[in-house]
Formats: sequence, C-alpha cells, structure tokens
Amino acid sequence: MQDFSYVAAKTVPEAVALLDEKGEKARILAGGTDLIVQVREARRDVDLMIDVKSIPAVNVLDYNADTGLTLGAAVECYKIYAVDAICDAYPSLIDATTIIGGTAIQGRAGVGGNLCNASPAADGIPPLIVLNATCVIAGPNGERELPVEQFCTAPGQTALEKGEMLVSLKVPAPASNSSSFYLRFIPRNEMDIAVVGAGASVTLDDAKQTIVSARIALAAVAPTPLFAEEASALLAGREISDAAIDEAAQAAQAIARPISDMRGTAEQRTHLVGVLTRRALNGAIQRVQDAS
Amino acid sequence: MAEKKEYKVIGTRPIRHDGVDKVTGRALYGADFQMTGLLHGRVLRSPHAHARIISIDTSRAEAYPGVKGVVTAKDLPDAGDKVADLGEGAVNLKHLCDNILASDKVLYKGHAVAAVAATSPHIAEEACTLIDVEYEVLPPVLEVRQAMEADAPLLHEHLKTTSMGETADEPSNVASHIQHKLGDPEKGFAEADIVVERDFVTGTVHQGYIEPHNATAHFNQDGQLTIWCSTQGAFTVREQVAEILQYPISKIKVVPMEIGGGFGGKISVYIKPVAALLAKKTGKPVKVLMSRADVFEGTGPTPASYIRVKMGATKDGKITAAEAYLAFEAGAYPGAPVGPGAMCIFAPYSIENVVIDGYDVVVNKPKTAPYRAPGAPNAAFGSESVVDEIAEKLDIDPLEIRLLNAAKEGDRRADGPIHPRIGCIETLEATKAHPHYTAPNGKKHHGRGVASGYWFNIGLESSVTINVNSDGTINLIEGSTDIGGTRASIAMQAAEVLGIPAESVNPSVVDTNSVGYTAVTGGSRTTYATGYAAYEAAQEVKRKMIARAAKLWEVNEANVQFADGEFSCINGKEEQISFRDLCAQLGQTGGPIVGSGTVNPGGAGGAYATHVVDVVVDEETGKVEILRYTAVQDAGRAIHPSYVEGQIQGGAVQGIGWALNEEYIYNAEGTMTNASFLDYRMPTCLDLPMIDAVIVEVPNPGHPYGVRGVGEVPIVPPMAAIANAIYDAIGVRMTELPMSPDRLLKAMGKI
Amino acid sequence: MARKSHVQTTINGETVEFLCESRQSLLEVLRDELHLTGAKEGCNNGNCGACSVILDGRLVNSCLVLGVETEGKSVETIEGLAEPDKLHPIQDAFLENAALQCGICTPGFIMSAKALLDSNPNPTEHEIRYWLAGNLCRCTGYDKIVKAVLDVAKASA
Repeated sequence: MQDFSYVAAKTVPEAVALLDEKGEKARILAGGTDLIVQVREARRDVDLMIDVKSIPAVNVLDYNADTGLTLGAAVECYKIYAVDAICDAYPSLIDATTIIGGTAIQGRAGVGGNLCNASPAADGIPPLIVLNATCVIAGPNGERELPVEQFCTAPGQTALEKGEMLVSLKVPAPASNSSSFYLRFIPRNEMDIAVVGAGASVTLDDAKQTIVSARIALAAVAPTPLFAEEASALLAGREISDAAIDEAAQAAQAIARPISDMRGTAEQRTHLVGVLTRRALNGAIQRVQDAS
Repeated sequence: MAEKKEYKVIGTRPIRHDGVDKVTGRALYGADFQMTGLLHGRVLRSPHAHARIISIDTSRAEAYPGVKGVVTAKDLPDAGDKVADLGEGAVNLKHLCDNILASDKVLYKGHAVAAVAATSPHIAEEACTLIDVEYEVLPPVLEVRQAMEADAPLLHEHLKTTSMGETADEPSNVASHIQHKLGDPEKGFAEADIVVERDFVTGTVHQGYIEPHNATAHFNQDGQLTIWCSTQGAFTVREQVAEILQYPISKIKVVPMEIGGGFGGKISVYIKPVAALLAKKTGKPVKVLMSRADVFEGTGPTPASYIRVKMGATKDGKITAAEAYLAFEAGAYPGAPVGPGAMCIFAPYSIENVVIDGYDVVVNKPKTAPYRAPGAPNAAFGSESVVDEIAEKLDIDPLEIRLLNAAKEGDRRADGPIHPRIGCIETLEATKAHPHYTAPNGKKHHGRGVASGYWFNIGLESSVTINVNSDGTINLIEGSTDIGGTRASIAMQAAEVLGIPAESVNPSVVDTNSVGYTAVTGGSRTTYATGYAAYEAAQEVKRKMIARAAKLWEVNEANVQFADGEFSCINGKEEQISFRDLCAQLGQTGGPIVGSGTVNPGGAGGAYATHVVDVVVDEETGKVEILRYTAVQDAGRAIHPSYVEGQIQGGAVQGIGWALNEEYIYNAEGTMTNASFLDYRMPTCLDLPMIDAVIVEVPNPGHPYGVRGVGEVPIVPPMAAIANAIYDAIGVRMTELPMSPDRLLKAMGKI
Repeated sequence: MARKSHVQTTINGETVEFLCESRQSLLEVLRDELHLTGAKEGCNNGNCGACSVILDGRLVNSCLVLGVETEGKSVETIEGLAEPDKLHPIQDAFLENAALQCGICTPGFIMSAKALLDSNPNPTEHEIRYWLAGNLCRCTGYDKIVKAVLDVAKASA
C-alpha cells in the first residue's frame, strides 16, 4: 500500500482548505470501506486522507416530520436504521442501508460516502434519487446545493470541484400517502454488489388507487446511477394497474445501457431492470396501502 | 473385528483439546508467527496468462530503501528434467520449480516471477512494482476443449500425450489419456431400452479456505533450515522443499502451525521455498504472506471440466451400460485429478459394462490442486444427472433406481478394485426412510432432487507416540495437522484402548524432527490412519502396562487382564489396580512407558453419501434458494459424531457454492476478473438452511473401530442433487456449473 | 521511509500506546505492533469478517480501519473476551456445539456474535444469519455456528 498522510480535520473549513491545497491526491476519509480498499489495491493514488468523522456538521442526523431529514455525510448506516422515525419516513433508505456490505461494514460505511464513491452499483444512491435528496456541498467559495441525481458524473467521478466536499444530504419530508422501496438483485443473499438495483417512490391519492407521482432510479445499468425520468413521469395520474407498472418498467429498461462483467451480463441486467422496477413500484405501493 | 460394540469414549462428544485456544484467539496460525529480526516477503506475479520471459531486472527493487533481498528463478537450483517422487506419484521437477518461480515462461496470470524481502510488508510490496520484467506476450488457451484442438497454442513445447503406456510423437496440451473398461459396453447399450447421453461443463472453483498461504523461513549459520507454516502435511512440505532447493531433508525442519482450512489446497507448496530462498539470501528470518488475490490467482483451484455421460437401462430400471468421457483442466502443469474422477464416477452402481476415458489437459490457468474428493464432484454432476433423467423417463423413484442398481460388497469397480464391505445400500435406505424424502413438496417452482456420491478414501503412513504420565494421563504426539477436530478424534481412539477419558489425553501436533513420518491431512485419512496409529501406540502402552502389573504382582503377564481402565489378576491372586494408579508406579516398576504406533493401512474403505435437497427457483430472476438439505453418509464408525456432522455439513455447503455461484470468471486475456471474496461468491450463512447430517454406520473392516474417512464424499452429490431439484422445480435440465442466475435465465429462455 | 504517528487508544480496557504508519490498518497494528494475533486476515478488503473487532461498541472490520483512526477510541478484541478463569458464554457455546473446525474464522464470528447479542440478546435464526453474513466460514456450513449463537440467546432468555 502506498504511503500517505492522515489528518483528522476538526472543521469543514479546515477540511476544505486541505482539499483545496492538495487537489486530487487528497481524499475525504469517512467510513473508509471503499477508500482504504481502493488505495490498498492501487486503484486510487492518494497522498492525504482527511478524516472528517470528528466534524460535527458531517455527523448530523436530524429528522423532523415537517422539514425532513438532514443526513451528515459521515453518518454510518447503522445509526440511520436505528432511528424509528427515519425507518418509517424513508423505507427505501433503510432497504439500502441494511444491505450495504455486512453488519461490520454498516458500522463504518455511510450513505454520504456511498454517494461520493460514485459507484454505478451503489445501493445508497437510488433511494436518495427517488426521495428527491439534495447534496449540501462546501467549498472554498462557500456552500452550494445540487440535486443528488446530478452528483455522480462517471464511475468514481462526481460533480465535486477542487476543494469541495459533501457535508450533508437533505431529504424532504415525505408527502402523505407516499412511500418508497429499494431492492437489488444479487446472486447471494448478502455481501454482493448489485447486479441491478431499482428504487421507487410513489405518492398515491387518498383512495390509494391512483398514482399522483412516482420516481424511479436504477443502479448498475449505466456509468452512473440513473434517475428514470420518463418512466417516472408516465405513471403520474395513472390508476394502479399491472399495465401501468409494466409500461414504467419497459421505459426504465429503455434507458438502461448495461455492460457485461463478472457480476452479470448486459442481457441479464436489462431483463432484471424490468423485473426489479416492477417489484420496487409494487413494493412502494404496497407500503402506502398497508399504512393505516 | 469391527462388529457392533459398546464403546466408552468412541461415539461421545467431548470438547476438542485445542478448542479453548481457538475460541480465545490464542491458537497460533502460520501468519501469527513472530520472530525477532523478521523480514517480510512479497511475490511479484505475472500480469499475463501466457508469455515468454525475455528479461528480469531487479536492480531498482534492490536499491529501494528497506529492501534486503530479491530472488528469481535463477536462485533455484537447475531442475533439468529430473522427475521427483514426492510420495504421491512422480512429478516433473522442472514443472514443480517453474510453478514456484517461473524461469522461461509464465503460464497463468498470477504466476510467480520474483520475490522481495524487506523490513516491512508495504516496502516489499512497493519494491515488487520496481522489478522490471520484459515479456513476449503469447495467446492464452483457457478452456479444455480448445486446449485439446490440434492448432491450440502450446503451453509446453516438450509435452507429449501419454496414452495407456504409449507416448505420442507430436507435442500437445493433452498430458495423458487413461481408459478403464469393464465388460462389453456395446452389448450393454444394445440391451438397454432407454439410453440417455448428455454433455456437462463445470467451472474452475477454489477450495476457498479463509486463511491465505503463509510461510516463515530461517536458515541458521550451520545450514539448518526451519520453516514455520500452515500446511496439510509438514512432511510433504519438507519433501517438496528438499526437492525444489536440492537440499537434504535432514537439514530441514518444518513446524506446522495451526492451519486455517485447506481442503486439499495446502498440500502443494508455493511460497515456502520462496521464503527459504529469501532467508538464505538475506541471512534473516523471512515471512511471506499471500493476499487473497494471490490465493485465487496463484494457487491451485480444482479443474474446470468437460464431461460426457451415456447410460443405458432396461425399462424396469436395471442399468446395463455406462460410458464416460472426462476432460479435465490441469492448469499450467499436468496433474488434473481425472484419475480419481474416473475411479468414482460409476462407483455407486453395480454395472456390468462400463468404459471411461479420461484426459489431463494443460491450460493457461493456475496449476490445479486437490480439492475435497478431487475429480469426483465433476464426474458425479454428470453421472447423477443422467441417472435422474433415466429414472424420470422410466417413471421410477430416483432412490429406487439407485437401490435397484446399488453397488455392494464383491462388485468390481470399473477401474479394477473389488468393493469390500461398503454402505451404499444402507445409505440409500436411510435416505428413503428420512422424513425429508417423504415430506410434501408440491408448490409452484419448488423442486426436490437427490444424488449419490462415492469417494474411495486413502490410507498412507502415520506415526504416533504416546508418553504415559504419572497421573494417569497420556501425552499423544502426532504429525497430522489438525484441520477440523482430529486431535480429538485421534485422542479418543487411544483413550478407548486405555480405558481413560478423552480429557486424559494431551494431543500435540509436532514438527518433522519430533515424530515419525506422517502423510498429509487429506484423502479423508487422518481419523482413519493416524487414529489407527494411535490405536496401535495405545495397544503398545497397554501391553507394557500389563507387564508392569505382572511385575508388581509377581505373576505371569498372561494372568493380567485389562478392562474398563482396570488391570486385574486372573487365575489366583485377588489383585486389581487402575490405569491411573499403575501410572503412578512406573518409576518403581522399570521406568517410563512410551508406546508408538506406525501404520500404512490398506483398508481405507470407501464412503458413500446420498443427499436430498429442496429448492425454490425465482422464475423472473433465475435465482435458486436452498430450502431444505439432508445429507446421509456412511461414516463406518463416527468417533466424534459432532465433527463427523461438521464434515458432512461443510462438504455439502461447499458443494452448494460450487453448484450455484462459485467459478473463476476470465476475460479474453486470461485474467480472472473475480479474484476476491466479494465476487467469487462463496455461500454466507444467510444463503443456507440448517444442514441435516445423518450418519449411517457400516463399520469398515479395515480399521479396528470401523472408521471410514468422512471428509470428502459430502462434496460429491450436491451439484447433481441441486440440478435435479431445479429440474423438478422448473422442468429445465441444467448441464453447466455453476447454475448461476444468468445461466438459469438463459436455460428458461428469459434472456 | 514512511513517518509514524503516536496513537493512544484503549484495547480490552487497557490504555495502549503505539507508533504506526498512516497506511497500517488497525488489523496490522493489532497483529504486527501489539502481537494481538486473534484477529485474522482472510481477505483484507472487508469481505470475510475474520478480522472483526468492536470499535467504540460497534462491530467493524479491523482491516478497514486505519490504526491512526483509533486515537482516543476503545477497541475490543477476542483476547479480551474471556475472564481469567472463565470463558465468555459465546466461547463456551462454540466449544459445546463444535462450531469450529479449522478455527481461523472463529475469533471473528465470536466478536460478531457478541456485537449481535449485546444489541439483540434474543435474535431469531434469520436475524443471526443476517448479522453473521459478513463472516465467512468455509469448514462448517454454518449450521453449528448458528446453533451455538441460538444456544447463547436461549440461555439468556
């Protein structure tokens, strides 16, 4: 493993200044479950790791039924699913945080790090997309916000500019009659990377028979996680039916441009987009309908 | 011998002797070894699957701060074409050496080409990147049928096919061809009412032991070489290192540390000679550890194979003829276990007319190594799938057709040997009687499958010494690495002889200077053969103790009997003394007592297993879930039933992994793209139900307590059992392993 | 040569100081610097769980923690589990159930099981299998491991 320096930053400005000074060879260390492996396997060249876990702003975990969730970028998965109100409000986020790695990984890894790692197969990203999350980014010129679906730009690449870091994620409070669902396909039952992941959120009318709006997101079928915008849009105003869900699934399949690799073939992935999109939508709808 | 007896120790479940050390983290495994002044070694491996080495320049690495020595194949003695006999048949020494450090060619991605010793593992790793190797890249051949084609790229310019004693003129990737024939197969097929013939393909799989290979070596100034390592056999390490380094065995001591799994994969040496070379060069102890990727890419997996099976039967289910074609990938150097595959393939059946052809073929993958019943699982996937299909087509219950044709004592196996007393029928009967087999199984996409398996087991040499303590306990010295509870199962056999509790035995696994020759922990031989040696050693102790009692009582030895831990005088005197009390009097009666036992038994006795599995198939994703699993097996006599069950459960689960997801995935250049536990996908506990292990006991007449080896046969049936269950669930015959979701989707026509 | 940092941490209740390079993982520090070799390296990338330890009360893979990150933290390893004259109930259950064969994965499984039972003293079989999925065992087929953990749970119920 290459040699590098380590700094435990105390404030966001301190971390930003270090990032700005060192450039690309400085990396934020949060859970480290991707970064440490990448450096160890010489897949990333790093001179400096900036540990942000003692910065209060990146450790915020605050949920309010009116204003929504503020999720610090370094908050570990296990802290997220330990909060009942968050589990109730954002079930797709819980679906994802309980399947990222094993329990030991969930003790270190967080959704913010999952996003910054920018893997096309990240389980944490489709839920953020379907939940309409916004990234709060700090940089040398202050803070800015970015819709989460615009954050990843290529495998391992993000919209972060030189000197910028992800501070937190803001997730709006869920609308009434809404819920969300995330699932992935893996050959085993745990510890695998998604062959395909699909997330969906739906808002139904008061009768819970018509879809007011929906959002669908996919993982592992393109260079970045995808917001399936057209597939989502065509569900708006539709009565719940197999036909409507099939249409959305087909629209999702249409935007998938998967590769074949050791985790799955392109044909398998395209097929699974259809299966998983249907299951994610049905799962989200079921959750709304099951809620009293 | 070996009739049903009541035992005091055998068949009980004592706490294993090494247990506390292993649950407290105290037990020292190979990588845990520490020594003052230790250097750390790392191996540079080939990035190409097939290439000629033009040059290696180590100067930049040698100049790197912290580096103390660099070695390449030039540091190995010239092997020439010497053939070494390492106890498991002749091995071409050049092949053996070239697999340690490549000399002229690299034959697989991950092939070792150089190694560095430095003051820290990180420095050694950095220095490896500073070794400049110039390669002439050659086209790789990665699949057995392609490698057999006449115009395939050749791995070895001098390798010529040996076929039943004859050597071909032209070089080939086919190292050897074997054939076994019994009866008149043509006639047998003519008598059949139904003939089923199918092709099967199995992927390359790894043993997947959790502990990577490791070795620490030190050369003393007097030339004594000591190697501390995890190995299945300290003596075979000594032999291999002696051959590779051309160094006398008397100057090599191998200290077996605790071992973190092997399954056959820790018999061959890889980094042990490298650690020795680095130690020699630096004058310091050197510890070499493999990474997980090194283990996948640089150590022996078990072969991928292409198999064709044809079987014929009359309409009432009698199998009249069987034919098999087995082509196994040896990896980079000859030595695929096609022989054992051929020995086992039809062994669960009594068939009069059989022909089996086997081919050992080199390809640009790591040299294969044994893996739990090597060769037999590949073969059984084919034969047990075909038997299932015949049963289905004849509308006969799959267990009934197996019972109808079951192998029994006196039958001849196709490769020659005649079965001694075996438990094939008893195992099938026990399976039939198990509630799992009769439980309802009618749900949509649910299926049930069965399959049987055979493994012949081996004997080989073992030595045990027993030192008697004055407090009535014994110290038992053995040379068999304890890979899964054999300290206990061996100690229990000595305890049974001496009428003492298992806890009164202190077993120690010692180095090659401290015990007689002992072959590897492998071939399901340890509880059988080393247990046999312990029995013999304990018998010697018993005889000597009887002599002491006779001396004490001033009677003839013939008048002393030993039963239930008590010596007593028969014919006359009313004398009695316990084993324990007599131990306290050894000093006064002639001094310490040492018993020794050495064996090379020939009656290992084959083992049979039949498995039943229930699956559910997700038709939309192609994923198979194992819902229920029952594994029935003849253990001869279960010495420690918990560890027998453990072997059965562990073997079955390795088979489940092999069946469903495990495989080496290669790109066109011959790079394994899934060389990690993340993507190699061995089963986790969330992928499995409880595994119901059912022990059948048909005592082996070749062992004083009736022991049969139990470790290997449980990996033989699972692949076919699961394939048969998938067929039952969705009506699709899977003929390629692993039966991964994408293959199922394809077979179902979904993609 | 890489510079070393001074780190002070608590390991199994004792204050420990060590020097380490930034690139050294907690696993390397435990094994190579402190000679606590109970945590094992099986994969060095978080996929086998053989290096599992408890860091500030939470189960982690020590191969995915840097040694320098443990400044001021508390680490529990397998070596700290038993009392001088008594094994931890999980250790006893592993022995009684024959839940180990080669034993290389055992320290990781025991630490993982401890973390589970500390937070959920009465887990179902499925909860145990889910929690332990990050720990690979290649010998046992997991059957007896799961039964051992179930036994401990039953005894505490």
